[in-house]
Amino acid sequence: MTTNQREDILMTDSSLITLSVREALRDGMAEEMTRDETVFLMGEEVAEYNGAYKVSQGLLDQFGSKRVVDTPITEHGFAGLGVGAAFGGLRPIVEFMTFNFSMQAIDQIINSAAKTLYMSGGQMGCPIVFRGPNGAASRVGAQHSQCYASWYAHCPGLKVISPYSAGDAKALLKAAIRDPNPVVFLENELLYGRSFDDVSQDQDYVLPIGKALVRREGKDVTLTAFSIMVGKALEAADRLAEEGIEAEVIDLRTLRPLDVDTIIESVVKTNRIVSIEESWPFAGIGSEIAALMMEHAFDYLDAPVLRVTGADVPMPYAANLEHLALPQVDSIVEAAKAVCYRT
Amino acid sequence: MPKSLTEKEALKAYRDMLLIRRFEERASQLYGMGLIAGFCHLYIGQEAVVVGIQSVLKPQDTVITAYRDHGHMLACDMDPKGVMAELTGRSGGYSRGKGGSMHMFSREKNFFGGHGIVGAQVPIGTGLAFAHKYKEDKGVCIASMGDGASNQGQVYESYNMAALWKLPVVYVIENNHYGMGTSVERSSAGPNYYGRGQGWGIPGEKADGMILGEVREAAQRATDHARSGKGPYILEFDTYRYRGHSMSDPAKYRSKEEVEDVKIHHDPIDHFKTYMIETLKIKEDQIKAIDDEVKETVLEAVEFSKTSPEPDPSELYTDILKEKVPLQ
Ligand SMILES: Cc1ncc(C[n+]2csc(CCOP(=O)(O)OP(=O)(O)O)c2C)c(N)n1
Ligand SMILES: [Mg+2]
Repeated sequence: MTTNQREDILMTDSSLITLSVREALRDGMAEEMTRDETVFLMGEEVAEYNGAYKVSQGLLDQFGSKRVVDTPITEHGFAGLGVGAAFGGLRPIVEFMTFNFSMQAIDQIINSAAKTLYMSGGQMGCPIVFRGPNGAASRVGAQHSQCYASWYAHCPGLKVISPYSAGDAKALLKAAIRDPNPVVFLENELLYGRSFDDVSQDQDYVLPIGKALVRREGKDVTLTAFSIMVGKALEAADRLAEEGIEAEVIDLRTLRPLDVDTIIESVVKTNRIVSIEESWPFAGIGSEIAALMMEHAFDYLDAPVLRVTGADVPMPYAANLEHLALPQVDSIVEAAKAVCYRT
Repeated sequence: MPKSLTEKEALKAYRDMLLIRRFEERASQLYGMGLIAGFCHLYIGQEAVVVGIQSVLKPQDTVITAYRDHGHMLACDMDPKGVMAELTGRSGGYSRGKGGSMHMFSREKNFFGGHGIVGAQVPIGTGLAFAHKYKEDKGVCIASMGDGASNQGQVYESYNMAALWKLPVVYVIENNHYGMGTSVERSSAGPNYYGRGQGWGIPGEKADGMILGEVREAAQRATDHARSGKGPYILEFDTYRYRGHSMSDPAKYRSKEEVEDVKIHHDPIDHFKTYMIETLKIKEDQIKAIDDEVKETVLEAVEFSKTSPEPDPSELYTDILKEKVPLQ
């Protein structure tokens, strides 16, 4: 498996192209399905409808109905079926129309996919990818707007990825499909249409799971984020720069295993850190980062770790309340200034 | 057509169906204007199903459904103003703007939602029936689901419990032939949803959901059965949704001809109107008066939904628990 760093490629590879996250994900799946006959895609509306959010556009035409399978609305059933198919030697990609519906199937993801390698004394293994949009879309209310990052990252036996850019989405999805373990791959509906000029066309190019990326260097404060919040963190960094604060923005990319080394390295330099995530504060990714900093970087901290999170409430529908419930650039700027003791 | 339908009942049924149709048309417009956002699933085409069922219910009966719920709420006699204002996310909405199109409730009208997770309402409806039996209030729960939802495992777990404990629940399958872009032929092995309770001895029947009288008769048999203590009943209604699954669905998976055919030959409101005029000899001007009243009612709802203020920011942290949750 190639695990070359795209940071290097960025300098050497002129073949990087611009694609939307949606297209990059589709290409990633298509390349892996071409490479490996055992890879197949299954989920609601993935085939004839080309995906509820058009992520699987064209895959049915390209690979046929044996390998691009429309399921009934039976998440618990088809997630379990995917686990069985993986036990049986296939490499399923199971799409949840959104991760909200993975709650119907969470028992199979955790009890069956994540734990069986351990319970079988290493015999079994479950190479499967559960993917789909995660987190809040826009104005779809409490049952359709939830971030599952910390839910899945909590569980040993799973890998959890949540990319931001199109290039990362493709290279990490390819890595997830090739990985011999169950991987939860958290996408974001609002990012699907966003384009990035960092997509490698090299079919063998994959990114290592478990490596964060420093998206912006800075010496004054570390901002960690994943998925759509990386964009907000970068915006906040621009604003902070205007006020003379140089923020370092770390795109976590993988949540389990978390790239603790990269975070520590940054904090050793900046001595201040703010964690940003869309999910609820309690027992969130930010709570974990705060604990890890206590354990590994306590002596380097000049201020308490701060968390910027979604409000601790089910997502409201009303436009004004939804805005208040989600982390905004303003709150990131404010938190960064607070740990810098600036007002 | 049932002889039991009096002129007054007929006029009410017509009015209720028309209210749903006009309400949904306006909701569609408001969506286009950006006043409604997110998911919005219209009930146009399926009006006879909820109105027919509601016409045989008793005050203590309970109703629960999924996200295609505006019709159920209006049929339950919930205030169109409160429903529309919830669609626009305003404080005058049934959930004070916090629920949206898919999540509205009314304890007063015994409407228990408004659920966004396909199939989840079915065991909950079974639980409402459990409560009816427990309290001996002679109530029945109507638990509605789509053809797509009918494949969720929890539906069958519910069937078993309801049959085992003889719970007063009527499972209603609104078979509109599609679950999002997937036709029933592609989602379901075996075409008969009404027969899926057989293994548990649950009686079931299928009726034409575009004909109010047929819905009403079937609903009467089903609720009589459940109310008399004999346990659950399954009703499948053959119906059709005219619009896309939600506002963002161009519905390319079916032909224009298919949709037009239903609209022209099977429209539930047209059909019932003809029946009122030809069989019940109801005069055109009586019908016209209803048309006018409905139009007015919907316009008032629209106006209210535009002028009702957004919820106060403090509402963000209310209703999380029964007690006030302290701000962190
Ligand atoms: C558990 C779950 N899976 C998937 C979805 C997405 N989804 C919403 S509606 C729908 C189709 C349901 O079709 P059907 O039950 O026939 O109801 P209809 O929309 O036709 O009224 C799907 C797949 C969901 N809301 N919940
Ligand atoms: Mg349907």
